[in-house]
Formats: sequence, C-alpha cells, structure tokens
Amino acid sequence: MNTASTTHYPAMTISQPVESRTLCVLVDNEPGVLARVIGLFSGRGYNIDSLTVSETEHEKHLSRITIATRGTPMVIEQIKNQLDRLVPVHRVVDITSAGPSLQRELAMIKVRGKGEERMEALRLADAFRARVIDATNESFVFELTGATDKIDSFVNLMLPLGLVEVSRTGVAAISRGPEGM
Amino acid sequence: MTEMTGAEMVIAALADQGVEHLFGYPGGAVLPIYDALFDQNKVQHILVRHEQGAVHAAEGYARSTGKVGTVLVTSGPGATNAVTGLTDAFCDSIPLVVITGQVPTHLIGNDAFQECDTVGITRPCTKYSYLVKNIADLPRALHEAFHIAASGRPGPVVVDIPKDIQFAKGVYSRPKEFPHRGYRPKVKGDLDKIKQAVDMMAAAKRPLFYTGGGVINSGRAAGQLLRELVKITGFPITSTLMGLGAFPAADPQWLGMLGMHGTWEANWSMHDCDLMIAVGARFDDRITGRLDAFAPNSKKIHIDIDPSSINKNVKVDLGIVGDCAHVLEDMVRLWRASAVVPDKKALAAWWAQIEKWRGKNSLAYRNSNEIIKPQYAIERLYALTKDRDTYITTEVGQHQMWAAQFYQFQEPNRWMTSGGLGTMGYGLPAAVGVQIAHPHSLVIDIAGEASVLMTMQEMSTAVQYDLPIKIFIINNQYMGMVRQWQELLHGGRYAHSYTEALPDFVKLAEAYHAHGIRCTRPGELDEKIREMIEVKKPVLFDCVVDPAENCFPMIPSGRAHNEMLLGDATVRVEDAITEAGKVMV
Repeated sequence: MNTASTTHYPAMTISQPVESRTLCVLVDNEPGVLARVIGLFSGRGYNIDSLTVSETEHEKHLSRITIATRGTPMVIEQIKNQLDRLVPVHRVVDITSAGPSLQRELAMIKVRGKGEERMEALRLADAFRARVIDATNESFVFELTGATDKIDSFVNLMLPLGLVEVSRTGVAAISRGPEGM
Repeated sequence: MTEMTGAEMVIAALADQGVEHLFGYPGGAVLPIYDALFDQNKVQHILVRHEQGAVHAAEGYARSTGKVGTVLVTSGPGATNAVTGLTDAFCDSIPLVVITGQVPTHLIGNDAFQECDTVGITRPCTKYSYLVKNIADLPRALHEAFHIAASGRPGPVVVDIPKDIQFAKGVYSRPKEFPHRGYRPKVKGDLDKIKQAVDMMAAAKRPLFYTGGGVINSGRAAGQLLRELVKITGFPITSTLMGLGAFPAADPQWLGMLGMHGTWEANWSMHDCDLMIAVGARFDDRITGRLDAFAPNSKKIHIDIDPSSINKNVKVDLGIVGDCAHVLEDMVRLWRASAVVPDKKALAAWWAQIEKWRGKNSLAYRNSNEIIKPQYAIERLYALTKDRDTYITTEVGQHQMWAAQFYQFQEPNRWMTSGGLGTMGYGLPAAVGVQIAHPHSLVIDIAGEASVLMTMQEMSTAVQYDLPIKIFIINNQYMGMVRQWQELLHGGRYAHSYTEALPDFVKLAEAYHAHGIRCTRPGELDEKIREMIEVKKPVLFDCVVDPAENCFPMIPSGRAHNEMLLGDATVRVEDAITEAGKVMV
C-alpha cells in the first residue's frame, strides 16, 4: 500500500536505520512504577527486547530498570525523554552510547538426554564455562552467565542435545570505569 | 499539625492550596468527603450532571484563570466517566487535580461494588496518579498532586482515596517542600543556546515565530514577553489552535492560525521560512502536514519545557528546554544587548511576499442574504461581543475551526478549546467552569449541534448555579467536519453524519428553565445575538446555518503547507485527493 501518498495523518516519509540500545533507568521503588515504564513502551509502540528490574539501593528506596530496546536515533531519544518525564524516574542513561559498558545475563538451562548426547552437553557446558547446578541420571541444569549472544549460542547448541527449557534474567548493564550513573 | 480524618484532610488541603471551587458528583465511595464538605464554606462545590462535565468544567476554569482546576468524583463509574476529561487535559497540558473515591483498601482487587482500577485506567492519561493506602501519606500526596499538576509541563493528576482512608484519623500538616525526588522540571533555558538562537535570528532572512499553548500555560508574563520579542525583531508570527490569544490578532505582524485549516499566509510562511522559532508548540500532525515537505528550507529553533517534545516529530537544529517566559525573557534581553543588526532588506522582501499571500484573503466565503453562513454568524458574534469582557469555548468540528479563524483573540486565557484530543462535548461544561471563575463576564460556547448534545445535561448545572452561559449553536444538522471529509474523501457518501431527529433547541432550553432563541435568517442575526447577550440566563441559541458549507482553507490529506485548498476552489477539490487518501481519516 502506498502510504506515502495521502492519508489524513501525515505518512511516514522519513526513515532512519534502527539501532539497539541498553538503557539504565533509576526509579523510586514505589507501587506501579514498573507499570508506568512498561505502559509507556506499549502505549507508544516502542520495542522491549529485554527488561530487568530490582531494588538496588534499599535505604534510598531506589530500583534500577535495565531495558534493551531498538529504534531509530530519533525514537531512542524519544524513549529517553519520555522515560525521564515520568515523575518517579530519577535518571535515564543510555549505557550503549555513554561509553564502554558491560552487559550480562544469567540463564538456567535444562537439558535432558542419555549416553553420548549427555556427554556432549557436558563438554560444551565446560567450553562455555557453564556450571552444573542440578543433575539427575537423565538431565542437567546448567547455569551460564554472559552477554546475550553467548547465551543465545549455548542455547542453540543445546537444542539438538535435548533442551527442555530455559530461564533467563534479561540483561543487566553497568558502565566500565570508576564513574557511577 | 492537627488530627483529623482523611476526608477532612482533603478539604484542608484544598483550602490550603487556595481552591475556591470544586466540581464534582457524589457517590458511595466519596461520601465521607462530601460529609466534610457539608459543614464548611472555604470550598464551594459545583454539582455537575455527569463526571465528564466536571472535568471539562475544571479545565475551562483552569484555562481561563491559570489556576489548577479541581474535581471530586466517586469510584468505579465516577472515575471511568472522568477519563475522557483527564485525557483531554493531558493532551492539552491543563493542570487538574482529580480526587476519586475508591473502595476500602481491604476490598481492592476483590471486584467490589463500584470498584475499578482507577490508577491503572488513568495511568496513560495523567501526568501522575496516587493510590493512597495509608492515612499518613495523604497530606503529602494531596499537596504534591497540586505541585505536579501545575509545575513543568502542566497536566492532570489523580489522587485515588479508599473509603477507609477517608474515615481514618491522622495528623495533617502542609508539607513545606514536596518535590517528588525524581521530579525536577527545568525552567531556565541554557544561556549558551539562547545566545545561539539570538544569533540565528539576527542572521535570518525569512524568519517566523510559530507559537503554541505553551505560551499560554507559561502565564501572563510569557505573553507579554512574546509581544515584546515580536515587536523588537519585526518578525511575523503565527500560532497553533491552542496558542490563540497569546499574541493579539489585531496586530499587523499576526498572520492568523496555521495548520490544516490555517490561513494561506501562515502556512505559506511556514513552508518558505528560513528560520522557524517554535515557542511552546509541539509540531502536531495537524500543523506539520506531510513531514518530508515540512518547511523544507528552514533552520528550526524549538523552545519547550518538555524535553520529549523536542525532536519528537520534526528534527530541529536547536532545542532549548525551559519555560517559555524564562527563555523569552533571556531572548529579549540578549536581542536588545546584541550588536548584530538584522538584514532589514531581506526582512522587507519577506514581508512583501507575506503581504502578497495575505492579499489572497484565504478566509473569504460567499455570503448570502437567504441563509446564514456559519462564517458570517461568527463574524457577527465577534463584532457584537468584542468590546465586552468575553470568554469563548468551543466544541469540536467545523464550528471550532471557523471560531478559530473568525473570532479574533487579543488576550490569552480567553479561548478554551479541545485541541489535542478533539473532544466533542467539551465546550458546554467548559463554559460552566469559565463562568464560575468569571461570574460577571460574557461566556460563550461556540457549539455544533452534534457536539453539544454530548454534554447537554450540563445546562441543568448552569441553571442551578445561575450561570448565564451562552450556547451559540452553529446548527447545520450534520456532523459538519465528518460530512466535509465524506464529501472530499468518500465521494459524497454521507454515512451516518446527518442527524435526522434533532431536538427543538428552543423548547429544550425552556425545559431546562433556560432561554431559547432560534435564528434562521441573516437579517435577524444581529438583533438575536443582542438578545442573547442581554438575557441574564443561560441561553441556547439555535443558529440555523447553511448545511453544505465547508471549512477552508484546508491542507488536504497528506499534503504540504503549500498545497492548500481554498474555498473559491481554483483547484477542484476532488482532484486534489487521491484514492489512497481515503485509507484513513
């Protein structure tokens, strides 16, 4: 459909490349704050690739939300500004563009199998430095920490070896160097 | 520090905030607060007929005074009926505090009678919302609500108070400082950027001020500073629907409103300018039209208190975050101090071009001796009310655009219209609110017959409180703007836009114990408008107009500012809109 020609709303005539970013959002740990953040994303049609949230400074009653998102540079700027506009939001930092940063996820991966497949899973786990945190005669649960793509590749390798289920925390991120956000 | 019930705290906080009028409707979950209202005389309660009316009335009150409007409604349907008004206030950045009753805390989540998740439902349409589950939090929540509603970019705030909290006793005190820790709107603009803006303005050859509702929201000072800046620079100025009145329409530097139904000169100036100075406006799609053809050869400066408004729809060259009044004050000071002389010759050529566009007289319409043209009705209304202390509200549709085009606003806070949300039914209750705030002024709702029927019940409120509001109905028997789009976009198939069974508005007025007037001929219009003004009662004025009249100029679907259609149609309207334009309205 040729949407650029005529609608009563202006058509999308400007397109920019889409980029992936990770945002760290410091918020008051109050009821409903996560709903505000998620509602903003769904209401305005922004993407959430991953989202983690937990209280990080108990005395100050602050939580940290880490959101992996995608969008054009203009949309990313909008997301930051819209988040910053929310009353309980203290700070928003685009950890991807602010400088070198570290991003980690934790995953627990359950694999079921016997014989050679079982041995292969264990060998690969060793190569990925995944720890065995539960084992039965016919299964393992591996714990693996790393960047998203490392976990993705491990999960893909486990697929033919009897992958049962995966539980992932989503991305947590922090900047390198001595400065805080 | 006094011990009192939660309900008494609500009244105490309203009184401490200087609230004189509260628009509301009682119900089970707010009875303790109504009980506390009963034996006090600090806050006057205005009983509306529907909660949507309460919120619009509070909006009208807020827009015409610059104060925070306040509303009190019950839980469940009381709260859900308020949602349209909340969204309207959110879109147009109107400061409101809306207090809703809630079922007792132990019943929350139990699907109790008249329970709804008020905070959940209103989260996307409020600036902030509280569910107060502890009496100790109530004083802070109430006062913080006023602070958040009025500061920064204003907006509606909901305070949801369960019934047991209204009964609970606690210690009330007014917090001295109540900035929510994460909430610090930036008011002062960055001086380096303002300096840069002044340099860009000095170098401009075809500059233009494009101003919006932010100037009005910023307060009286912003309007004065805007006038001063426009005077000392000599630049032309246009404004959005929301910004009308910030700059006087009688001034020769005024180009009229811009956008979809803006003037030829305003829209062409937007298209051809080399520097656009946007002040408290948000590049809404009714303004920009087609984005890739929007002011293609211009640099853009954008002053806004809300950082998320900057670079949202249109990428600007210089964004200045700050309150309009503060930034304009710095701009005026720096412009006066600046040694740079603007290019007088270029400016003169620019003005010559603008005068050529103005010469097109784009608001021209063919008048008639037989039938009242809606434009003529509003012109006469303006002529007969301009020397009075007049406030105008509107509903939404053709009549609203004609009012914006033909009623000339010289002062801010005189024009109350639903811009962002476009809420039919806004104008009548808004007029109620305006008249409460200005009991001796002339308050007129320029209405459409379809819109006004959506909130007609508030006539009863107007009668109860002796509010002599004038409901000037431009009656064309159609949802006029819908009919116009159907004519232009859908081959004249007028699906359900004609109201076959309209009430007799004169009899309807009488039924409400108000005054009804019907006018069908141009010759009797002046006399009947005078009658409307003189009657010391609410008036329903049924102005029967040409049902086929369209609102021009019009930027057709998905086109640019320089592709406007005019009323005397040198271009055939049907040819200007292609098949794909019918996809959306």
